[in-house]
Amino acid sequence: MVASQIVELPPFSEFLEEHRGTVYRFLMAAVGPHDADDCFQDTFVAALRAYPRLTDASRLDRWILRIASRKAIDHHRAVGRRAIPSDELPERPAVPSGQPEFDGDLRAAVSSLPPKQRVAVVHRHVLDRSYADVAEALGISEEAARANVYQGVKKLRELMA
Amino acid sequence: MKATDLKKLGGGREADRRAETAAANIAAAAAEHGLLDVAIGAFESPVGELLLAVTPRGLAYVAFEEEERDELLSRFSRQLSPRILEHSASTDEVRRQLEEYFEGLRTRFDLKLDRRMMRGIARDVLAATARVPFGRTTTYGALAERIGRPRASRAVGNALGSNPIPIVVPCHRVLRTGGDVGGYAGGASRKRRLLALEGSLPAARPR
Repeated sequence: MVASQIVELPPFSEFLEEHRGTVYRFLMAAVGPHDADDCFQDTFVAALRAYPRLTDASRLDRWILRIASRKAIDHHRAVGRRAIPSDELPERPAVPSGQPEFDGDLRAAVSSLPPKQRVAVVHRHVLDRSYADVAEALGISEEAARANVYQGVKKLRELMA
Repeated sequence: MKATDLKKLGGGREADRRAETAAANIAAAAAEHGLLDVAIGAFESPVGELLLAVTPRGLAYVAFEEEERDELLSRFSRQLSPRILEHSASTDEVRRQLEEYFEGLRTRFDLKLDRRMMRGIARDVLAATARVPFGRTTTYGALAERIGRPRASRAVGNALGSNPIPIVVPCHRVLRTGGDVGGYAGGASRKRRLLALEGSLPAARPR
């Protein structure tokens, strides 16, 4: 039997089982434990909707993390709209309401980052992904990905000092 | 702040545990959004565990436990849809009727069938097979005649062997001429067991 050039799309159940852990870790860090479940469901329902139309099944890990990134950013915006706008960073970042204290200050500090920086930092330092992958997940250049990670980590260091 | 601190935010083992629970809820959400094309369920029967595949068109597949699960799901993915998830609730009606059948309370299934896993002549053969009632049997030759291809009893045998919906489409009711039970994709002993349940096993016929 000759191996097919085109990678066959696996059954969604298999795809879900393979990537659920990574997606959950990403969301745990990017939106926090309180909202991870909702974002996880939004991510995989969106994936399921598009799934039969996928033409390239070779890098499904990248694909699902791109969707998860969008959901994490959308989620941040939705939460942001409910919050009181402020130009200044809080001195000690507040834990978003309803979010239980979990790894305390660092989590709160991460949640105070602008969404792109936050997602970029999580891809890079929680999932250990390359800058090329960070760029791809966010639909930005590799240079911009580096800048976002750099700025994000710098702010976290300041907040945690 | 160290990079290792950031890593902990991913939740480690806790995230894996939560991911498993959250993943189990995806199927219900998918069904709610009309995005579940193939629902997988299981039924513990007297002839072993059966894997059931139900689509919005109806019951598409009943597999005996020897069939390799991953391979089956890949076939469903190619022939039905890759939107496949385990969702027991979508198979409830099939399981209920199977349970009644095995308890001897049901002699005909009242289920919609998805015939997409049947190919070519198998569709005709299995449509004719579906009309053989509970407690009765027929032969490969008689079935070949019934579909208008009297010389095709071997093809009929092959078609029955490929039946994607055994038990519900009762290919076990088709025997060899002369009373021998003949072959069965699920094994001859299962075939005898089903025939015995229906009171039509030739050797076990009273008197």
